Amino acid sequence: MGLAKRIIPCLDVDAGRVVKGVQFVDIRDAGDPVEIAKRYNDAGADEITFLDITASHQERDTTLHTVEQIASQVFIPLTVGGGVRTLEDIRNLLNAGADKVGINSAAVHNPEFVREAAERFGSQCIVVAIDAKKVSAESETNRWEIFTHGGRKPTGLDAVAWARKMTDYGAGEILLTSMDRDGTKNGFDIALTRAIADAVPVPVIASGGVGNLQHLVDGVVQGGADAVLAASIFHFGEYSVQEAKQFMQAAGVEMRLD
Amino acid sequence: MSEVVAVIDYGMGNLHSAGKALEKVASGQQIVITGDPAQVRAADRVVFPGVGAIRDCIAVLRETGLDQAILDVIAAGKPVLGICVGMQALMARSEENNGVECLGVFDGQVTFFGELQSDTGGRLKVPHMGWNQVQQGMAHPMWAGIADNTRFYFVHSYCVTGLADEEVAGRCEYGLSFAAAATRKNVFAVQFHPEKSADAGLTLLENFLRWRP
Repeated sequence: MGLAKRIIPCLDVDAGRVVKGVQFVDIRDAGDPVEIAKRYNDAGADEITFLDITASHQERDTTLHTVEQIASQVFIPLTVGGGVRTLEDIRNLLNAGADKVGINSAAVHNPEFVREAAERFGSQCIVVAIDAKKVSAESETNRWEIFTHGGRKPTGLDAVAWARKMTDYGAGEILLTSMDRDGTKNGFDIALTRAIADAVPVPVIASGGVGNLQHLVDGVVQGGADAVLAASIFHFGEYSVQEAKQFMQAAGVEMRLD
Repeated sequence: MSEVVAVIDYGMGNLHSAGKALEKVASGQQIVITGDPAQVRAADRVVFPGVGAIRDCIAVLRETGLDQAILDVIAAGKPVLGICVGMQALMARSEENNGVECLGVFDGQVTFFGELQSDTGGRLKVPHMGWNQVQQGMAHPMWAGIADNTRFYFVHSYCVTGLADEEVAGRCEYGLSFAAAATRKNVFAVQFHPEKSADAGLTLLENFLRWRP
């Protein structure tokens, strides 16, 4: 009896359309983020994360409009990340109905931005997204570094120290993605997840590499994650959110099933 | 004339969700988001949401006169629903921001979760973020249609303790037992976010719109 671990489906949205196609059977419009968010809500998702990959700045208004639409119809927490660079960006997203805002590369370029954001809007709505990649050799002690630009650009920042610094600066939650595992379906980087979860006092969301339901259990039980984020296993209908929750509960993980 | 439900806006964060969720469950009531004390006093029901730091919250309430408007509405016997920091603001005192005197509607204290241990000995994460079970402390019209131990969505680092037993409408466990819901006469206050708690949350908001204390 206590706090449940969370399952968070993630939608990649470009100019108001879900990309990397969601394939629900019988869905009217697979590209409509509102429709898909509703489906996930009905399926028992604990939160929804919306990653805005819109390249052009002019189309940002579309994003705000989409967030507004989702927030007026889906009554579970909504996190929006992608291209958040200014306090104004955060204000606009919160006003549109986002509950939490994810900050990624802007934190790397200017860590003070996270501090300012947490002071202005409260830690509870500031999620720092960390993209980490293993840089140690097999024979060495594990070491992970922060990468930007979709894992292409190293920053020299140690991932564990960085996560700790971000929570010192006021991040209320860490969204941790293993760039080694992202898209592989080989499971989370458990050692990385455990290292970060043990290092910070705030909740950690594990992301990157989920290929089956046991991976979700491993992220929580072995990795110590408070929540697990997945995209493709849900989007392509391999598993439903409800199946995932039942599987995790059966493995001894406390879940919200009511 | 349809009933008017005022959602208090004191410029502190996201009221969109509370307003939209109320609109979703309203049956004829008019939902008004307002920072005008007169409009709050004139409303038939009042929702007092809140996010962010309590010091800023209380400071804005005092500056704008909304503090007195809330107390007046409570004294007038109209149904009032406090949410999250809105619940905390109704207590006597919070230890957040080096100690803040609150509105004192309830005698409770708002305290930091601190360095709590889980059952298995690990450190509990703060904020307390996610879906946790609420053990209903009493039968109450606000719990109508909501099973005991239903999960609601929480996100907070401070919690309410020290209430009289008969004022604790619901309890939650997170390293310690704290008040997830407090009530007295026409006031009901919840630490969780009903506007983010899916069907159970919407049911609670619907109950509030029907509540005749």
